[in-house]
Amino acid sequence: MSTRLADRRPPAMQAILIGFLALWLVIAAFPFLWTLWGSFKVEGDFFSKADWANALRGPLTRAETGGAFTGAGYHGAWIQESFWRAAINTLIVVVSVVTISLTFGTLGGYALSRSPYRYAFWLLIVALVFRAMPPIALISGYLLPFYQWNLWGHLPTAIIVLVAINQPFTLWMLTSFFRNIPKDLDESAMVDGCSRFQAFRHVIIPVMWPGVITTGLFSFLLAYNDFAVTAMLLDKENQTMIPKIAFFLGTTQTKGNVMFAVAAVVSATAPLFLLVVFFQRQIVSGLTAGAVKG
Amino acid sequence: MKHRTFFWFILPSATAMLLFIALPIVSVLIQSVHAPHQQVIREVENCNVFGCTTTTVVDQEATRLLREAAPMGRFVGTGIYTDRNHLAISEVGALWTKSEGMGDFFGQLLNLPFYGALAFTLTYTALVTPLAILLGFAVALAVNAIPRLFRGPAIFVSLLPMIVTPLVGALILFWMVDARGILGAAIQSLVGDPTLSIKASTPLMWAMLIVYGIWSTSPFAFVVYYAGLQTVPQDTLESAMIDGATRWQRIRHVIFPHLLPLTTFMALIKIMDNFRVFEPIVSFNAGAHAQSLSYFIYSDLGGETRLLSSAAATSVLTILGVVILLSPVLVRTWRSFGKETA
Repeated sequence: MSTRLADRRPPAMQAILIGFLALWLVIAAFPFLWTLWGSFKVEGDFFSKADWANALRGPLTRAETGGAFTGAGYHGAWIQESFWRAAINTLIVVVSVVTISLTFGTLGGYALSRSPYRYAFWLLIVALVFRAMPPIALISGYLLPFYQWNLWGHLPTAIIVLVAINQPFTLWMLTSFFRNIPKDLDESAMVDGCSRFQAFRHVIIPVMWPGVITTGLFSFLLAYNDFAVTAMLLDKENQTMIPKIAFFLGTTQTKGNVMFAVAAVVSATAPLFLLVVFFQRQIVSGLTAGAVKG
Repeated sequence: MKHRTFFWFILPSATAMLLFIALPIVSVLIQSVHAPHQQVIREVENCNVFGCTTTTVVDQEATRLLREAAPMGRFVGTGIYTDRNHLAISEVGALWTKSEGMGDFFGQLLNLPFYGALAFTLTYTALVTPLAILLGFAVALAVNAIPRLFRGPAIFVSLLPMIVTPLVGALILFWMVDARGILGAAIQSLVGDPTLSIKASTPLMWAMLIVYGIWSTSPFAFVVYYAGLQTVPQDTLESAMIDGATRWQRIRHVIFPHLLPLTTFMALIKIMDNFRVFEPIVSFNAGAHAQSLSYFIYSDLGGETRLLSSAAATSVLTILGVVILLSPVLVRTWRSFGKETA
């Protein structure tokens, strides 16, 4: 299809738009490329007092390690400071949170989408208010009971809290998704003698995966990116990656090992890049789902 | 769906939200009207040949028992809300009477921790939300103008600032604007002051946090507007052209009305998110220059002495703030819902 009539622009405007876009793309991508490059240098180069260009050429890296690039930051973070343990904890937390929130969310979202009653609507509104609550405000409510009952510090505690904080958003997304699956589908199964749950299991579950995958991506992002809950509710052995990075900042800046934190930051960003590479379309459709339908 | 079936389907989700969102709200309310127990003091009479003296000692055993019996602490009423670290009623009153003019009054007011945090949070929300939406709109227009082939990669790059963990994204920017980082050096040479440090200046710190906010929020606006631009009614646009509408008139009367509902939706989501701004302040180590309400709670909870009551009181005030921000939406929903069923 050629350009639509209404899409044609005067060349000057086209040039301005393209120039602006190029500028934006640099602003969006450059910090990541810069940090990735710098993570293979020594601190004296990445944070150079003499000349910022040292980070590119790396004279100190050459002098200290003999090569143009060094993996010292990664070695220090992953092995010396056992970042690998934090990575495993993150994996456990993220997989559990996504699985549990999707299980709860599909059941609840399906019910909300099929209920004609007023209370279903108000439940969604309450969920919206809950969605707006700052997690840290809720955390100050957890601390005392969790200490009293010895729940503080363990991974399952953080997981269930993250699941709960995730529920409002999951419910909203899945409800709007299930509303797009025609009611006739499960209702005709019920006419044929299925119970509601059987209809859900045999008719709805096979067709729900696109919506569930999209919602799952956002649950993943919430659990992976969380700092407030994991930093306040986990003890040091159970720390996940993001609080661990914050912890690096507290300790390593004094020891001059800020490169550990830089390497850890790059390591924690890599999975997110892969996520966007593989699921760009689902992320975009998920972000716009609520908006475009109004 | 029958009430009974609905109940069983919604049960797991509702229980999770009840236990870990609704009950904590009640819990912070209760905690905010309690304060830690004071130590139990006992008077002991020591008698020796010179006579008797009474001394006071801390009764460790009784203190421990008391703390175990009532872990919440003692009931103190709403005292904590009015103390210097929160609403600071008496301090504000004193300021009001002795300050010269409004400027002076507000300047002094911001030195009180709660009002300082509130001011930063509101400034951040009020600036980041519209600016990020504008930037996102501009990017969406630009991406829409390039050939289809290049749109995928452009969207990929544009998503990155939003997808990245807030704490991590803010750190990446923070390292770059460090006095020894590339952007810090660039800014120093731009203003010609080699000693300029963003970390040391409150206005620069606020500006940096807001720049980070715009950088990380605008991709969301971009994606939503980009999707909106794909569904602009082409027929209407073309008939407007045939009727002789100029380019600006077409944008003004066809595209803007089409995108308006998206803008309201986005503003709502982003106001909620920006009001909770927290991680960038941790990353920028900016606590000394800029505190948000969330960071204020965090710094009360962390540290050597956990100031649970103080954190709880700030949490309650923050939750109230969220409800006030959402109230226009809630009232509107209430009204339109009433109309639908009436």
